[in-house]
Amino acid sequence: MAATEQATYIGAPVPRREDRKLLTGQGSYIDNLTLPGMLWMALVRSPYAHARIVGVDVAAAAGAPGVVAAYSGHDLAGEWGGSLPCAWPVTEDIEMPPHWPLAQDTARYEGDAVAVVVADSRAAAVDAAELIQVEWEELPAVTDVARALDEGAPLVHDNLPSNKCYVWPLEGGDVAKAFAEAEVTVSERYRQQRLIPCAIEPRGVLAQSLSATGELTLWSATQVPHILRVTLSGVLGVPEAKLRVIAPDVGGGFGSKLNVYAEEALALALSRRLGRPIKWIEERTEGFQATIHGRDVIQEIELAATKEGRITGVRVRLTAAMGAYLQLVTPGIPLLGAWIYSGAYDIPAYGFECTGVFTHTTPTDAYRGAGRPEATYAIERAVDALARAVGKDPVEVRRLNFIKEFPHTIASGLTIDSGDYDATLDRVLELAGYETLRADQAARRERGDVKQLGIGLSTYNEMCGLAPSRILGAIRYAAGGWDAATIRCLPTGTVQVLTGTSPHGQGHETAWSQIVADRLGCTPEEVEVLHGDTASVPLGMDTYGSRSLAVGGVALYFAADKVIEKARKIVAHQIEVSEDDLEYAAGKFKVKGSDEGMSVKEAALAAWTAHNLPDGMEPGLEETAVYDPPNFSWPAGAHLAVVEVDSETGDTRLIRYVAVDDVGNVVNPTIVDGQVHGGITQGVAQALYEEAVYDDDGTLLTGNLTSYLVPTAAELPSYELDREVSASPTNPMGVKGVGETGTIASVAATMNAVIDALSPYGITDLDMPATPERVWRAIEEAK
Amino acid sequence: MIPAAFDYEVADSVEHAVELLGSREDAKLLAGGHSLLPLLKLRVVRPSLLVDVGRLTELSYIRDDGDTITVGALTRHHDLATDALAREHAPLLSAAAAQIGDPQVRHRGTIGGSVSHGDPASDLPAVLLALDAELLVVGPGSERFVPAADFFKGVFTTAVGPQEMLTAIRVPKHGDAGTAYLKFRRRSQDWATVGVAVVTRNGGGAIALTNMGATPLRARAAEAALADGPAAAGAAAAEGTSPADDVAASAEFRKHLARVLTRRALEQALAG
Repeated sequence: MAATEQATYIGAPVPRREDRKLLTGQGSYIDNLTLPGMLWMALVRSPYAHARIVGVDVAAAAGAPGVVAAYSGHDLAGEWGGSLPCAWPVTEDIEMPPHWPLAQDTARYEGDAVAVVVADSRAAAVDAAELIQVEWEELPAVTDVARALDEGAPLVHDNLPSNKCYVWPLEGGDVAKAFAEAEVTVSERYRQQRLIPCAIEPRGVLAQSLSATGELTLWSATQVPHILRVTLSGVLGVPEAKLRVIAPDVGGGFGSKLNVYAEEALALALSRRLGRPIKWIEERTEGFQATIHGRDVIQEIELAATKEGRITGVRVRLTAAMGAYLQLVTPGIPLLGAWIYSGAYDIPAYGFECTGVFTHTTPTDAYRGAGRPEATYAIERAVDALARAVGKDPVEVRRLNFIKEFPHTIASGLTIDSGDYDATLDRVLELAGYETLRADQAARRERGDVKQLGIGLSTYNEMCGLAPSRILGAIRYAAGGWDAATIRCLPTGTVQVLTGTSPHGQGHETAWSQIVADRLGCTPEEVEVLHGDTASVPLGMDTYGSRSLAVGGVALYFAADKVIEKARKIVAHQIEVSEDDLEYAAGKFKVKGSDEGMSVKEAALAAWTAHNLPDGMEPGLEETAVYDPPNFSWPAGAHLAVVEVDSETGDTRLIRYVAVDDVGNVVNPTIVDGQVHGGITQGVAQALYEEAVYDDDGTLLTGNLTSYLVPTAAELPSYELDREVSASPTNPMGVKGVGETGTIASVAATMNAVIDALSPYGITDLDMPATPERVWRAIEEAK
Repeated sequence: MIPAAFDYEVADSVEHAVELLGSREDAKLLAGGHSLLPLLKLRVVRPSLLVDVGRLTELSYIRDDGDTITVGALTRHHDLATDALAREHAPLLSAAAAQIGDPQVRHRGTIGGSVSHGDPASDLPAVLLALDAELLVVGPGSERFVPAADFFKGVFTTAVGPQEMLTAIRVPKHGDAGTAYLKFRRRSQDWATVGVAVVTRNGGGAIALTNMGATPLRARAAEAALADGPAAAGAAAAEGTSPADDVAASAEFRKHLARVLTRRALEQALAG
């Protein structure tokens, strides 16, 4: 904080102002919205992973009660100005097959939409969708990422020579030398299973077209209204200025709503074609098939080290499933992890290569952590493997390799801003009672208890706060990484904030009001935060990648600077002193050494009346700042998981979880704790519970919340949290991102605990999730 | 998740419900709705008529009938789990009910609905089998008690005919028997991967398994081996079973779980 201001609200656990509205049913989710004359849309989806669409007969559906229209993919081909977008062509020679909102000749995954029906009620639309006759010719499919490049594997796009999408390399330091001279090497292969995001609110859209003006409005349950406007104007072939996108209250995204979906384009096109508003709400089972999935990567990681356990090189090879098509940022997701496979460790040589492959599956894309949980998982499991190889405690090997001084440029080429990795590790061991835990574990092993203990560490770091625009440009991302904020001081003393971030559960209205209240000397209640409507907030890059505070929040800070600067000029003019004679604190300008002065609120009124402003000054007190971060933000921390394994049934339960995070300065500790709790749970879910399973034909066997096991509070302990603070030197608030840290850390901590519990059997690897059956089989085989 | 269209009638008596069931070949009874509604929403079932028996409050009771406890078909799982009479005289039934689903399910779901549904993964059927319960089935002008051993016919199939309704369940008071219901599940609200109900008395006992075949099963080999102790009985628990092989667990793992859970349940029951 600047020395001139008091931190009254920043850092305080201000209750979330969003909650009263949402908890009392006064929120406005897509499903709460209704427009006069509105129609409902329902889709027909492929029951096959791969099939030729021989014919689509919509006649029976079109004639059904309440139905207004029904279309095949070919019927609507003329609506599109372009394919659904992929904004991240990661290499020059990447294969980017077209992706139409409705498949026309071939369905490429179970759930690929092939026809649409529009009716005057949701029930009529769903009933009529059953009447659409599709003649299929089923084709062979490949759903396993590890088999996509096999000789003779069925092609996802038969105009391409293979299922290869791209190969993307990165190298820093002399990797070959590091491995040639290594005293010890570790070579591991890990499987990041496929995950299904399962936000509580399903996706939904409402589209309205006004033929008189050509204006199109889209309400969507999205994280990215601004990106939608830019991209959908191209898909629909309309001027960007004619398209308005609104994200109302949105019930969770986790990356799954960071996308441009077929249903958004379809609703707009059908509204334009039929002249009536079109609504669609995703069914939960549709969400399992037609909303993006996460992960699905095979990882091979090798460490070169000395016999003491000092790591000298890391080499990584990934095979990453794209799914059937490239969604908005599908190819780039593994690359968000590419920079940090060396983890929190000072490793001079680094080699990385990722091969993206198509499979007959739902497209993958950003899912909480997006590339970084995978990276942390690989390096943290490999470091444990190294500890076993050199006969040391995992704590000792970590300390030996930690980066100690900051800023620190890592071998992948990026510079870590700040941190104190020993401090978070010290604190987590103290809080957890590490020695006591190890003694308990030893005693259980000694007694041969049925329930064995496992202790796992993850000393992670990560890069977030996406992102410096120049770096995004260098890695071929199609947009910038800046964000914008406007502060509008109203004449009667309250303040409107317009933010380019688009919250969907993060509590930006609360946190942004805290920032403005401290900077302008008002209360948070006097600050109204507007977001998620491209008509009222034209500038923005939305919410994902733990960017909102570290980019959008910092933009808000700079907008406050501009407001204070203009207010200072007004005050100096009105009380006839030099600007230099004014000192500013807590919303008040005072003439140095006296009580004479004016508040920001008084300056706002003076700016509005414009009766007495400096010559040439524009009336009004409203300022916008656009902030492009010069670096990522680099949270870090140490997490410790304790699991109990029933050695007879394989049942594996998380019984304690201790997390010490360093996310820089904190604006609202309650919100940060909530992010950490939820983030940890999402990672534990990957380690122990969740897995999308396809059968050999490409049918999703885990197609609902009964078979896809999202854990609940009943399965999990309450987590023990603490924080260290290394302020980021990158921005004046010293803040970093926090939205993904929990997930990035906890997958590795939990699986390291599982492996630790099983280590007396000689078990050193287990696929995720560590289901009871997998654990039981591993024990049986080890016996 | 929009069901196909159906008609809806509210029954004001058991006789009325049976009469309504007779009015359509594909009519279905609706009680707590916790098995039926998901199937309707997935369009797995498409009855043309739903007969709502949810307002027949006279079927919600737990009654002391001397040597037996009688439970009305519309008794909610939560009531069974917390009722003092049930806990004293039918603790196995009560303990199993407490493990069903989550609090919302237990407050809406009914014993009659759950048992009539005939899902092999449901908890109460195995319990009723182990207890030698009798189930009262009412049809047009008929009323009969069906022993639990004859009630469960297959997956989603029971002895309740298309124009019949289960109205009550009678279980012997447990007396000094040791009992236990153990259920293996990944999440607390999940159906049983495998469940085991045991009733031990005078060195012998009844053992019934959940989700080890198309219906709940008596583990006869385990019962025969019980004289040699829980470990021997546990080792024999999977004999004669044919569990599903699915995404939740392989058949082999289910058999393993049945062995471990049977041993543990017996140990728990014998420990009192």
